[in-house]
Amino acid sequence: MPLLPLAGFVVLLFAGRRLGDPLAGWIATAAVAGSFVVACFVLGGVLSQPETHRVFVHNYFTWFQVGTLRVPVGILVDPLSITMCMFITGVSALIHLYSVGYMKGDPDYPKFFLYLNLFVFSMLLLVLANNLLLTFVGWEGVGVCSYWLVSYWFYRDSAASAGKKAFIYNRIGDAGFLLAMFLIFEKTHTLVYEGGPGGGIFGQLGHLGGGTATAAVLLLFVAATGKSAQIPLFNWLPDAMEGPTPVSALIHAATMVTAGVYLLCRMNHLLALSHAGTEVIAIIGGITAFVAATIACAQQDIKKVLAFSTVSQIGYMILAVGSGAYIAAVFLMVAHAFFKGLLFLGAGSVIHGLDDEQDLKRMGALRKTMKWTTVTFSVGWLAIAGIPPLAGFWSKGDVLDNVYAHYKLLWALGLFTAILTAYYMTRLEVLTFGGDPRWDKVGPHGEPAHHAPHESPWIMRLPLVVLAVLSFFAGLLDLPWIHHDSFAGWLAPVFGTSLFNDRLHTGSQWALALTDTAAAIIGLIIGYGLWKGTRVDKPELEPQFLQRVWYWDDFYDTVIGRPSQRLATFFAWVVDARIIDGAVNGAATLVRSTGSAARKLQTGYVRNYALGIALGLAALIVFLLSRTWWS
Amino acid sequence: MSHSVPFLTLLIILPAVGGGVLALLALDKRLPKELCDWLAVLVSLATLVVAVVALVTMREHFGGFQLVSNHSYTGDTLGIRWYLGVDGISIFLVLLSALLFPLVLLTGQNKPKPRAYAAWLLLLEAAVMGSFLSLDLIVFFFFFELTLVPAYFIIAGWGHDRRAYAAVKFFLYTFLGSAFLLVGILALAFIHQSQTGVLTFSLPALEHTHLSSSTEILLFLAFTSAFAVKAPLFPFHTWSPDAYTEAPAGGSVILSSVLAKLGTYGIIRFDLTLFPQATRTLAPLILTLAVIGIVYGAIVACVQRDMKRLVAYSSLAQIGFIALGTFALNEQGLSGAVLLMLNHGLIVAGLFLVIGFIYERRGTWQTTELRGLQKVAPVMAGVFTLFMLASIGVPGLNGFVSEFLVLVGTFLTHRWWAVVAVLGVIVSAIYLLWTYQQVFHGVPKPEDEKTRDLSWPERLVLTPLIILIVFLGVFPKPALDRIDPSVTQLVTHVEKATGHDQPSVTTKGTAALGGQP
Repeated sequence: MPLLPLAGFVVLLFAGRRLGDPLAGWIATAAVAGSFVVACFVLGGVLSQPETHRVFVHNYFTWFQVGTLRVPVGILVDPLSITMCMFITGVSALIHLYSVGYMKGDPDYPKFFLYLNLFVFSMLLLVLANNLLLTFVGWEGVGVCSYWLVSYWFYRDSAASAGKKAFIYNRIGDAGFLLAMFLIFEKTHTLVYEGGPGGGIFGQLGHLGGGTATAAVLLLFVAATGKSAQIPLFNWLPDAMEGPTPVSALIHAATMVTAGVYLLCRMNHLLALSHAGTEVIAIIGGITAFVAATIACAQQDIKKVLAFSTVSQIGYMILAVGSGAYIAAVFLMVAHAFFKGLLFLGAGSVIHGLDDEQDLKRMGALRKTMKWTTVTFSVGWLAIAGIPPLAGFWSKGDVLDNVYAHYKLLWALGLFTAILTAYYMTRLEVLTFGGDPRWDKVGPHGEPAHHAPHESPWIMRLPLVVLAVLSFFAGLLDLPWIHHDSFAGWLAPVFGTSLFNDRLHTGSQWALALTDTAAAIIGLIIGYGLWKGTRVDKPELEPQFLQRVWYWDDFYDTVIGRPSQRLATFFAWVVDARIIDGAVNGAATLVRSTGSAARKLQTGYVRNYALGIALGLAALIVFLLSRTWWS
Repeated sequence: MSHSVPFLTLLIILPAVGGGVLALLALDKRLPKELCDWLAVLVSLATLVVAVVALVTMREHFGGFQLVSNHSYTGDTLGIRWYLGVDGISIFLVLLSALLFPLVLLTGQNKPKPRAYAAWLLLLEAAVMGSFLSLDLIVFFFFFELTLVPAYFIIAGWGHDRRAYAAVKFFLYTFLGSAFLLVGILALAFIHQSQTGVLTFSLPALEHTHLSSSTEILLFLAFTSAFAVKAPLFPFHTWSPDAYTEAPAGGSVILSSVLAKLGTYGIIRFDLTLFPQATRTLAPLILTLAVIGIVYGAIVACVQRDMKRLVAYSSLAQIGFIALGTFALNEQGLSGAVLLMLNHGLIVAGLFLVIGFIYERRGTWQTTELRGLQKVAPVMAGVFTLFMLASIGVPGLNGFVSEFLVLVGTFLTHRWWAVVAVLGVIVSAIYLLWTYQQVFHGVPKPEDEKTRDLSWPERLVLTPLIILIVFLGVFPKPALDRIDPSVTQLVTHVEKATGHDQPSVTTKGTAALGGQP
């Protein structure tokens, strides 16, 4: 399954430029669609097995072995990895198709699909790997592809910087991943998840003490905060919006950024050993969800709103993981892939139709000219806001129910965040599609008026429609009253069957569902009430504090960036050049000035010394040879 | 164990004779230039073929020395022997050198006085081969010193603006280090003679010398000072940014990827074998220097605007990783260190070659004067990206496996050193990506617009490096399978001599859990 996109990558690497504009895109799309079909067959195969026999491990070859550190290249097929593969390949195929239209006419068209195919390969490797190190290979692979695709328009300084920033923030997380691997290997002597003689990591967890388990969990969480854009490493994601919009949809909404959630879910047996660790995870997730939602309320750029919304939604997933509700986290991950992918592609359609305009304040009334986009985008809007019976209602409800059973305070925060979510999405919807047109006017900084917007071609509309349908109905995957026969039962071989919300009464479940709905509706009403008018310049609703992302970047710049730059300069030009090298040169000068007695020998020319060495060595050889002769 | 074909002797003789012939030919100006160029390339290619044959001939799963030539050289009174041998630790350094010299010769053909340049390079190759293959300490020292002469003339003769200063500094600094080495070798041999009555310089014999712990530490320091300067290890590195920068592109390649490895190789081959107790006692000291080198090199690299200096400081960090894995003193760390010597050689050679190609086009390697090259030279940008990512340690490329093994090995024995070293992994991404952004990203200025992309000969030179970097990243097993037996033997030797089991995974009760299918 991952081999198809890899084959696509190889073909495009060597023949991409010859294949040219549409053909390269079609080949890439076919490769990913092919792996979606394979994933479907594998899913069918797994489903045909009885529930207890749904985990398969297959080793292909040994990557390397030193002592007993043996790292196989092998895959682990179980309900979790298959679920991931299904939505990764499915959404990727749709976004590839969309890109065939969106990237039309781009000078580096084949290269775009080259990166995209490599990305899908890495992502599949990440979720299918049967050991931590191979997962790390995929983990880094998606990071590199993300770097390339964010700085795809490399001639723009902002794009180049954003790509670099994304890579470096991820790199900080990777350090956590590496250290977690070392620690786990030290204690369990293996990096394989499960299977094998010792039962893999999960079979050896008994060797981990409480403190070690907490350390390992927190280190893995550091990795997750980098990749999944959580506090304190979240601020690379909004910058990553410099990449082409299909990239934002695929990598920075649907798939890559959920890798951190996947990693934590995969290691759920380890997480279960550390209550302190999961508590930290839950708190950070909850706070991230809230902070990012507040920021999303004040952003001007349509993609930035969606980016902060992604950070916030992943915060929910992390919150679910911290509450032990892995199934809810995966459920939200799948649903989010559908509706956030849809929203980004819809935004891309808007940007495409408006000659690359991304400022919300220069849109308006697009419902009249872009009917398909409007309808599909609206489905995404209602889904993420949590209006029943769309996917977001069920999945977010599942998360909040679990959190309620565990941490009441975080539940309240999550609920308030739900209101904010409905609010900022409504603001986005109204500013883009509602009200009067503003794109036909000259911009606040003298930007010229746009031409009349046009609807996107069918190749871009088709993925929108498919994703809209999925966003509408994805809730059916896991309806609360048939938990055991649907998603939760399906994932039980990975996570076990203990679900917190089973312990809630049916009555409180109903009450919680009503509360969620009420929160969504309140947010909707406030958003509509505040933004329906013709005046869109409302600084009182968009405080600087939120627009500047709680001054988070400025904080890092002042506290870490500039001091470390000064430190590096000091090291380079004072410590290295003056002190260390100064000592060396100083010693040389000292020798020269004191060695006046031997001045005649010291010609100061090293080539004389070099010649001396050569002659000396030659003399030595002659001497030795002559000794051999005589003896 | 004598072999029918003396492969190892051939590896030294071929380039030495080739260099000599070229030097003589250089006297006759009438000979066509092409003839000499191709003679040099052919000789180095023949050496490569011999090296590859040697690799194929070697037995797998055997840790000791192979293809040994052991002949009396000076008789028993002086005890010097022509004693050559190769094992899993040295064979890949031999191959690396045999591969890089032809590539450097191919790129250096349009220099002034090409025959002299090629002759010095071939002589250098012979000296390098001799150093990696000698098991007699005096012969080793002879070749180790001999490398200085051609290296000096290459920097001084074909270098850039401050070449005289850089060459002198390089020469005197490393020469001073070697003085200690010679004293150490002689002292060790005489101690051995006083104990056994036999004067010998051969490594396997000297292994059994009984040393008091203070003597052992002194000898260790004497040997290590030479190797630490050569590598270079922090804080003995300041000659290297100057030398790497002022040397011609080919010289930088050889200095950083081959000559630097003489230092780290010397530590592994001689320090660990001869002074296991001192190695263990002083390991925390060297590990600390290594970690400082990793972090310090990376931080200083961040503010370099000169690409060659930047690679020099990043090499300092990489050499730190090699030292780190070595002094972790377990299988994972040491195997990682040996593999990293090979990998770093390939990567840094690639980086210096591309920087050299940029210099040939633009006459500069300052990041501030270059911009937007990805637009006009996409192939060059792609190749540079590959070397950069390999250097950062992205898995799938060769740097990662070795770096991972080094870190995991160190973590098992010296946890906190490994934790600090991981920071270096983060910073390496910062300076390389920043450099890439400045040079290749952005809109090209008018003078950048004219930069040609890589020509076909240039691509051909880089191809073997690219293939190996990808191959060793995806499938390092063949290399590690040959490195591992020798490393295991060395680690066992150190453990026996010190009566001390390192916490490595092999030595624990639950050993069989490495994840067999």
